[in-house]
Amino acid sequence: MDMQTTSSLVRLRQVDKTFSNGTVAIKGLDLDLRAGSFTSLLGPSGCGKSTALRMIAGLASPSSGSVDWVGVRPELGFVFQEPTLMPWRTVWGNVFLPLRIAGVSRREAEPRIADALARVGLTGFEKSYPRQLSGGMKMRVSIARALVTRPALLLMDEPFAALDEITRSRLNDDLLQVWQAERLTIGFVTHSVFESVFLSDRILVMAARPGRVVADIAIDAPYPRTEDFRTTDIYNHYCRVVSQALKQAMGGHHDL
Amino acid sequence: MTFDRGRLLRMSLPLLVGLLFLVGWEVFVRVYAMPVYILPGPIRIAQRLVEEWGTLSDSLLVTLQVTFGALLFAILGGGGLAVLFAQSKWIEASFFPYAVILQVTPIIAIAPLILIYIRNTEVALLVCAWIVAFFPILSNTTLGLNSVDPNFLDLMQLYRAKRWQVLWFLRMPGAMPYFLGGLKIAGGLSLIGAVVAEFTAGTATAGTGLAYRILESSYRLDIPRMYAGLVLLSLTGVLIFAAFSFLSWLLLHRWHDSAAKREG
Repeated sequence: MDMQTTSSLVRLRQVDKTFSNGTVAIKGLDLDLRAGSFTSLLGPSGCGKSTALRMIAGLASPSSGSVDWVGVRPELGFVFQEPTLMPWRTVWGNVFLPLRIAGVSRREAEPRIADALARVGLTGFEKSYPRQLSGGMKMRVSIARALVTRPALLLMDEPFAALDEITRSRLNDDLLQVWQAERLTIGFVTHSVFESVFLSDRILVMAARPGRVVADIAIDAPYPRTEDFRTTDIYNHYCRVVSQALKQAMGGHHDL
Repeated sequence: MTFDRGRLLRMSLPLLVGLLFLVGWEVFVRVYAMPVYILPGPIRIAQRLVEEWGTLSDSLLVTLQVTFGALLFAILGGGGLAVLFAQSKWIEASFFPYAVILQVTPIIAIAPLILIYIRNTEVALLVCAWIVAFFPILSNTTLGLNSVDPNFLDLMQLYRAKRWQVLWFLRMPGAMPYFLGGLKIAGGLSLIGAVVAEFTAGTATAGTGLAYRILESSYRLDIPRMYAGLVLLSLTGVLIFAAFSFLSWLLLHRWHDSAAKREG
């Protein structure tokens, strides 16, 4: 591994987040995202993993503590749990939107949009409206829209949670390909042990009430990972390790 | 095939009901030998409509001018105010109650006052019709502009969108179905507003709108002509509604659930 993969891109230090209704979502959270890594935040609902991601994206601010960028804040892409596509815009129009708002001309945007759509396998669907697409395809559009600004950091908040198993594993494969081709840093929130082990090179296990990181597990398995990876011993080994950690984080109430 | 048959039934059933009603009406009038100054039959009304077409169609044009003028200002005023309201909760909170008051006070009661204060009758008519028509556009558009999925707002924040960009790319297109819903109602209401104002003005000034013709006919006990004017008004209302329904379909059918056909 080269130097880049080990230096931090963003550091959260002693971050607390208390919501206006008094709920302490996060307390004393320390978290780093390393440049080039695929880091999953894994934890039960209510552990503040989504909130942590939103704070990195600047969509929420910590009640105390700091979110520090090492160097300048890079271009960010964000993918929500819902595809969040504008129904009145075509696939092309939706992917164009971030560029349009940034003032990029149509002509300049054209090749970038074509490229982003090709990466998620949606070439030929430019003129479709979101309502004509399946859930998996909508999510692909959402990912293309996040990629079109050429982000260095891609943050994904349970993006595949609402999809069926088959669609989900196909999207997992494609996401890994994008990650490797673009040399992105990815911060990925999930509550699935299997998904996090398959995708990540590092998993941060979080506990709830208050939200904090309780385990930092490196998934030392080579990429590229294909469907076959799901049947290997090393995959099963890490699934056991991670779900053990998750069980402890939840006070022993988690069954795989 | 089934679709076409369903469509055919949908079109022909109301026509059949209408036809039966008219035939029943005509038969009733003839059997009971109703005097024409109390209840004329549909054939007599149709004859009168043809005879008076010159006068009535001229008057219809006058009424249409007021209707569409009022509607245009209702779109500009209602839509503009809604956009203004969307800028700040405080602006909305300050002015919305007055828009409601303007709406709930019956226009028939305000019209005489407006006719006193505004010398130019045409302008006065326009104002009356506008008061009735602008509220559905204002309230619907305001609702639409405020009905934004918070995820979209997050998205806009991520893109560092400026205020006008959020309005232009997110709030306005999102409010379009609501706006068009308001427009459909406002179209009919502006016709009603125009007629009500004409009725009020009709006795005082030499108005020439369709409502004035109806009043005039009633003074002359020309009941068939009253009905003829009424028929024209109803048809106009129906046409306005149909036109805006079509416009709404045109703008929404590709993306909005209300207008899109189910696939598969």
